[in-house]
Amino acid sequence: MIRMEGVTKTFGDHAVLRGVDLNVEKGTSMVIIGGSGTGKSVALKCILGLIRPDRGKILVDGTETTTGDRDAFLARFGMLFQGAALFDSLPVWQNVAFRLLRGSLKRPQAEAREIAIEKLRRVGLKPDVADKLPAELSGGMQKRVGLARAIAAEPEIIFFDEPTTGLDPIMAGVINDLIREIVVEMGATAMTITHDMSSVRAIADNVAMLHDGVIKWTGPVAEMDQSGDPYLDQFIHGRAEGPIQAVR
Amino acid sequence: MTLLAPLGALGRAVLTFMATVGRVSIFAARALSHIFRPPWYPRELFSSLLTIGWLSLPVVGLTAIFTGGALALQIYAGGARFNAEAVVPQIVAIGMVRELGPVLVGLMIAARVTSSIAAEIATMKVTEQIDALTTLSTNPMKYLVAPRVLAALITVPLLVGIGDIIGIAGGFGVAVHSLDFNPATYLMNTVNFLETRDVVSSLAKGAAFGLIAALMGCFYGMESGRGAQGVGRATKGSVEAAAVLILAANFVLTGVFFSI
Ligand SMILES: Nc1ncnc2c1ncn2[C@@H]1O[C@H](COP(=O)(O)OP(=O)(O)OP(=O)(O)O)[C@@H](O)[C@H]1O
Ligand SMILES: [Mg+2]
Repeated sequence: MIRMEGVTKTFGDHAVLRGVDLNVEKGTSMVIIGGSGTGKSVALKCILGLIRPDRGKILVDGTETTTGDRDAFLARFGMLFQGAALFDSLPVWQNVAFRLLRGSLKRPQAEAREIAIEKLRRVGLKPDVADKLPAELSGGMQKRVGLARAIAAEPEIIFFDEPTTGLDPIMAGVINDLIREIVVEMGATAMTITHDMSSVRAIADNVAMLHDGVIKWTGPVAEMDQSGDPYLDQFIHGRAEGPIQAVR
Repeated sequence: MTLLAPLGALGRAVLTFMATVGRVSIFAARALSHIFRPPWYPRELFSSLLTIGWLSLPVVGLTAIFTGGALALQIYAGGARFNAEAVVPQIVAIGMVRELGPVLVGLMIAARVTSSIAAEIATMKVTEQIDALTTLSTNPMKYLVAPRVLAALITVPLLVGIGDIIGIAGGFGVAVHSLDFNPATYLMNTVNFLETRDVVSSLAKGAAFGLIAALMGCFYGMESGRGAQGVGRATKGSVEAAAVLILAANFVLTGVFFSI
C-alpha cells in the first residue's frame, strides 16, 4: 500500500536519507527502528509530503503522492508527531476533534465533542481533560492527546512517531494494545517509530531498521531475533559494541 | 581574486535581497488570493480582529494623544517666531492626519502585532504545529495567514482614523487649556482646513501599513528556522522589515497623494 523507492533527502551537506526502499502492505503494522537522528521522522514526513524528497518515488496505492488531490490524500492519514504538536490555542477536545470541526469531515459540534471524549478515553484520559489547554497537561498526557487526534477521524493509514516515549510502563502497554487494536480491528495500515523493543514486539507485523540513510534490514517481527544482521542484533540488544558507532 | 572579493560579496548580497523580495512577493500574492477563496475560517478572523484591532486601541490612543499634544506645543512655539501662533489647529490637523497618525499607528502595529504574529507562527512552525495543520487537511496559509492579513487590512485603517481623531483631540486639549485658544474656533479651523484627500490618504496609508505589518509577521513566522533561536530571529526580522517597509511605503504614498 505504501511504497518508497530510492528516496533520498539531504539537508545542507548532511545526507539523511540515501535511498530508502520500503514496502508496507495494506492492513499491516510496520515498525521502524534505528538510532537517534538517522532520519526516521524525516522518512514519515516525506510520505506525507511535509518534506519534499530530493529523489526517489513514494507511492500510496500505486499512485505517486505528488499527483492528485492533496486534501483527499491527506484525509486518509492520521499522524502523531514526535513532539505531539498540539495547537496550544485550542482546548484539548478541539485539538482531538480538529478534523471533525471543519472541512470535508465536519460534524455538529456536540457530536464532534462526544467523539473526542471517546477517543480520549481510549488513550487513557478522563473526560475532564477535554476542556483544558494543552499547556496544562504533562508531556505524556500531551502525547496521548496527540494520539487521540491522530485516530479521531478513523483514518486508513496512521503514523505514530514514538507513541510511548515519556509514558509509564502501564500506559505504554495500553497504547501498544490500542495501536494493535486499530490495525487488527479497524484494518488500518500503521507505521510506527519506536525505540522501545517491547513496543516493537507488541505492535509490529514487520520491522524495518534504518541506518546510514538506508533500510539495513526488513522482515517479519518473528525473524528479527534470528536475522544474523550485526547491526540489527546490536540494536535490539542495546549493546555499546558493534558495527554501529556510539558517537554519531 | 582578492580585488574581486568585495564585488562578489556585494553581488551575493544583492542576489539574496532580490531573492527575498521575490519570496515575499509570492507569499503576499498567495496570502491575498487565499482571502478570496474558500474555505474561510470566521472564528480565526474574529479572534484576529479582536487581537489586532480592538486590543491595539489603548496603545494607539496613548501614542496619538501625546503626539498631538506635543505637536501643538511645538507649532505654537515655532509659529510664535513669525507671529503665526494661530495656525496651530490647521498644522496639527494636517500633521496628524497626513503623516503622524498613519506612521505612528503603523509603527505601533509593527511593534505590537507583527512581533506577536511572527513569534506565534514561528513557535507553531518549530513545534511542528504547522506540519500538524497540514496533515489535518488545513492549509496554514488559509487558517493562519489569511485571517490575520484580512483583519489587519480592515482594522488598521480604522485605528489610523481613531488615532487621527485622538491626536487632534490631544492638540485641542493642549491648545485650549495651556495656550488660550477658543475651543469653538479651534474646532472650526480644524474641520474647515482638512480636505477629503487628507482623510483618504490617511486611511489608505493605514490599509497599506496594516497589510505590510501582518504580511511581514506571517512571512517571517512561516520562514522561521529551527529552535528558540529561529523564533527569536523571525520576530526580530519581522519587526525590522515591517518598520522599514512602512516608512518606505509612507514616503511613496505621500508622493502619490500630495505631489500635486
Ligand atoms: N527541517 C530540517 N532541517 C535541517 N535538518 C533536519 C530537518 N529535519 C531533520 N533534520 C536532520 O535530519 C536528521 C534526522 O532527523 P530525524 O528527526 O528524522 O531523526 P530521527 O531518526 O527521527 O531521530 P529520533 O529518534 O531522535 O527522533 C537529523 O540529523 C536532523 O538534524
Ligand atoms: Mg524522530
